Amino acid sequence: MKKKFKSNLAKFAMITPISLWMYIMVALPFLYIILISFMHPGTYGGVELGVTLDNYKELLNPLYLVTFGRSIVMSTAVTCVCLLLAYPFCYFVAKKNDIQKKILMSCIMITFCVSMIIRLFMWINLLRSEGAVNHFFINIGWIQVPLKLVYSNMGAMIGLIYMLLPFMILPLFNSIEKIDYTILEAACDLGAKPFQSFINITIPLTKPGIFAGSVMVFIPSMGLYFVTDLMGGSKTLVIGNLIKNQFITARNWPLGAAMSVILMLITYLLLKAYQMAGGSMDDLSGM
Amino acid sequence: MKKRKKNFKSFRIVFCTLVYLFLFLPISVIVVNSFNSTTTKPYMSWKGFTFDWYIKLWENTSLLDAFSNTMIIAITSTVLATIIGTLGAIGMYRYKFKGKGLIDGLLYIPVVIPEIVLGISLLTIFSNINIPRGMLTLILAHVTFCIPFVIFNVRARLAGYDNSIEEASLDLGANRFRTFFEITLPILAPGILGGALLAFTLSIDDVIISYFVYGQTKTYPLKVMESVKSGVSPDVNALSTIILLATILFVVLTQGNIFKRRKGGYGI
Repeated sequence: MKKKFKSNLAKFAMITPISLWMYIMVALPFLYIILISFMHPGTYGGVELGVTLDNYKELLNPLYLVTFGRSIVMSTAVTCVCLLLAYPFCYFVAKKNDIQKKILMSCIMITFCVSMIIRLFMWINLLRSEGAVNHFFINIGWIQVPLKLVYSNMGAMIGLIYMLLPFMILPLFNSIEKIDYTILEAACDLGAKPFQSFINITIPLTKPGIFAGSVMVFIPSMGLYFVTDLMGGSKTLVIGNLIKNQFITARNWPLGAAMSVILMLITYLLLKAYQMAGGSMDDLSGM
Repeated sequence: MKKRKKNFKSFRIVFCTLVYLFLFLPISVIVVNSFNSTTTKPYMSWKGFTFDWYIKLWENTSLLDAFSNTMIIAITSTVLATIIGTLGAIGMYRYKFKGKGLIDGLLYIPVVIPEIVLGISLLTIFSNINIPRGMLTLILAHVTFCIPFVIFNVRARLAGYDNSIEEASLDLGANRFRTFFEITLPILAPGILGGALLAFTLSIDDVIISYFVYGQTKTYPLKVMESVKSGVSPDVNALSTIILLATILFVVLTQGNIFKRRKGGYGI
């Protein structure tokens, strides 16, 4: 009897804090956001009770639709560039010996030690029209006039790629490292050209990493408003900017909430697609 | 054929170098510029070596205040998230209970959803129940997004966990309390440490979620972000360089510890 009580006490002590925290700080706020996306905006921010679909109707305004579309195009482009940079990189690093691999991958983690805002600020300085990067390319004669590498769509892209590249590299490296090279040797013995075995063997084997990396780049890139705020031009580039503006500047919470619900929906659909393609949720948090 | 192989090898080296250049260019400029004696904006052209920025840093009280806020928040939320997360991971591994599946699903939300959504939902809740925004709300928010990472790390360690050791300990007369502290925790230590480290890193550099709940208590990244448009002064470079060196030192020391422990092993 006493033992049973003690066992129940242990169970209670372990499960209560996490359950309460998750219910109050995650479930409740998210339900509340969904709820206020159906309410009227209050005069000075906040909400007025009532049920309406107006906020979702307002999202059909071409202004917002264009931004949603632009954001998705932007995220797709960023994901593709990250994949094209990270795949060969991980492939080459994976061929090194164990100690070299460890050092090279630790270097990726070290980038997280400097605040990302400060790193972005340095990129702004480097990429300006009179900055070091333009200076360098003019000096070696590749360009005559400075390129607009910052305060433009290009600048926002560079910022997003810079911030998210490590999140592509880490899962990709994990799955490329696991390739069994004897399979590739067998393919070579059987007469496959390197390119053929790359397409037919290496890429399918590393699919989990490709999918996990793409999800870990695509989803956050839709919300990283401060990167586009700092490095982008005057256009509103990602969904995150729209939401932030509604909550901070325009103070139209219900409209902002409706936008967030759409963003959650996009995230949910992407994750469902990811799982249907055989992706594991654990790969998304295993960094 | 041989030439092609050689070409491929140099392509490999050039490609990897370019990727590292892309990742490290801003960091090296930060470190170099922290010793740059230039005093004209944007503080980019080299005018000679100096330690001045490291001295001026101690006079910049608003920056140091923001940094100490960040450290208080990061340490408090790491400790809380680690305690709640570790207990939760063990509890969820060991017991069946009502709503376990739901909790499991909720854990993924802060990890996968774009941060801004968590930021605004916490903002609406905090303002609805009238908690004044500041240190408290920042800590509550940071603990929320740190917990899942602690749990996932501890859970990975639990995957290879053998329950019979605990039973043996209980059979040998140790009580549950002692078993927990002398058997369970040491075995899970690498997972807990890894989770705590990740939580600390995430908390210290968080911009998006903090932005929505900070009130008057500015954190270090928010403080820097505020001054980006007008130009960040070089003492920020000095502080960044100090943080960078401290982190590298810390990682080398703790990593060394983990290696040593693993080598000795728990005999399990």
